[in-house]
Amino acid sequence: MIYFNGVTKKYKNSDDSSLENVSFTISQGEFVSIVGHSGAGKTTITKLLLAEEYPSEGEIFYHSTNIHKLPKRELINLRRKIGTVFQDFRLLQNKTAYENIAFAMEATGKTEDEIREDVPHVLELVDLGKKASHFPSQLSGGEKQRLAIARAIITQPDIIIADEPTGNLDPINTSDVINILKKINDLGTTVILTTHNKSVVDQLKKRVITLQNGKIIRDEKEGKYIIK
Amino acid sequence: MFTLYLKRIIRSGYHNFVRSGFASFASILMLTITLSVITSLVFIQAALNASLNDIKEKVDVTVYFVPDTDESDIAQVKEALLQIPEVRDISYTSSEQAIEDFKSKHSNDYLTLQALDELDENPLGASLEIRAKDPSQYESISNYFENDSTLSQGALTIIDKVDYHQNKVIIDRLNSIISGANKLGFFVSIILILISIIITFNTIKIIIYMSKDEINVMKLVGAGNRYVQGPFIVSGVLVGLCASVITIILFIPISVWLGNQMTEFIGINMFDYYKSNFVQLFVIVICLGVILGGISSSFAVSKYLKK
Repeated sequence: MIYFNGVTKKYKNSDDSSLENVSFTISQGEFVSIVGHSGAGKTTITKLLLAEEYPSEGEIFYHSTNIHKLPKRELINLRRKIGTVFQDFRLLQNKTAYENIAFAMEATGKTEDEIREDVPHVLELVDLGKKASHFPSQLSGGEKQRLAIARAIITQPDIIIADEPTGNLDPINTSDVINILKKINDLGTTVILTTHNKSVVDQLKKRVITLQNGKIIRDEKEGKYIIK
Repeated sequence: MFTLYLKRIIRSGYHNFVRSGFASFASILMLTITLSVITSLVFIQAALNASLNDIKEKVDVTVYFVPDTDESDIAQVKEALLQIPEVRDISYTSSEQAIEDFKSKHSNDYLTLQALDELDENPLGASLEIRAKDPSQYESISNYFENDSTLSQGALTIIDKVDYHQNKVIIDRLNSIISGANKLGFFVSIILILISIIITFNTIKIIIYMSKDEINVMKLVGAGNRYVQGPFIVSGVLVGLCASVITIILFIPISVWLGNQMTEFIGINMFDYYKSNFVQLFVIVICLGVILGGISSSFAVSKYLKK
């Protein structure tokens, strides 16, 4: 489904590579945790996958399509197949919880009826049914992240990329967010999780890719968080 | 589908505008200042034109006729002169009126009045005051008396003098002042308008810069460029509309005050001018506000859509 083929990424004004000759494959329905120290290249992988960044060398394929050779219009369609969740939530501050989710549906051209039907349902799913009219600034960290997840899954994407989604959360909220991601994965959506959180990774008992200095040093089917 | 998108873009733009609070307020303030500068320049131009017209009114070419010329001969000359395309109007002063005017003008000068009384007959002839459509045309009108064949030889003999050459220096100077004032006014207006537009554009650019993360998020959830840009343009247009209405309202008390206090100085009642040109000014200010707000936002957002 996703195939990184010898990908190297060098940023301008930096001699070191953020990623160096990285190759791996992710299959449909997998739950993959990408772990490593800060600067190991975890976020670079997610940015490359969303075509926010371009690789210096190598290619990235989604099914059989090289995503960095897609025209702009096709890129929009690709992004609609990928739901994103970030550490800093990245919610639209001027929109209510309901409108944040509705925006993702509106952007994909869904009708008003579909929006009216699906948004309350997904808000209930992440336990924010009573906070539909709240703005992000009126929500706690955990609620913001649950809202971000709701927005990511509303369009029923093929893949969810969660980039350090628990970085700003306490243990209870962390566990809530991970449980929601597991549920989404159980329903068949591929989940790519980058994290620093050892206990989260160890409890998941799913595939773990470990990065160090831009290189993959470990890729295990039921891995653990092992970083020296 | 298009109407659905349009409806959503307008709704989203309206929400952005209402919920942005301070950002919308700052944009409206800047755009109000720009529109006020432009409206003030329109006012200044009107005042300048009024003053120049006033001065133009005071300039004429006077044709003096020899005393005892028949009124019918003068009427013939007047008719002939009215055929000249450059002539706007001609007023006639009879020799009786001329002597009356002279007496009232010198009512305190007993010596002159006494000398006048000594004379048996009226020494002043009748005259025609010719006003041209434009001050630059006086020369060609005065040349008419010197070499134009449409005036009969008889008509030329009854003309005592044409005072154009005495006024030539003043008329030439006035011409250069008028054209200079027009050019300078235009140049200064353009510079001021450009400065205001650049300031407005930059304010809106800074405000949209604050939304650059949101623009990225919109793109990440799969929104197309037009769907991201649309609401910002709608907000910009709403900012423009508000600023235009505020400017229009703001200039009501200003023009009333100018009308009450400054009419003598300016030479035109600004409130009357505002009232009589209200529709045109309203349309100009609204269009400028909407275009400036919309285009500034559109340019500012497009910078973040290139990736």
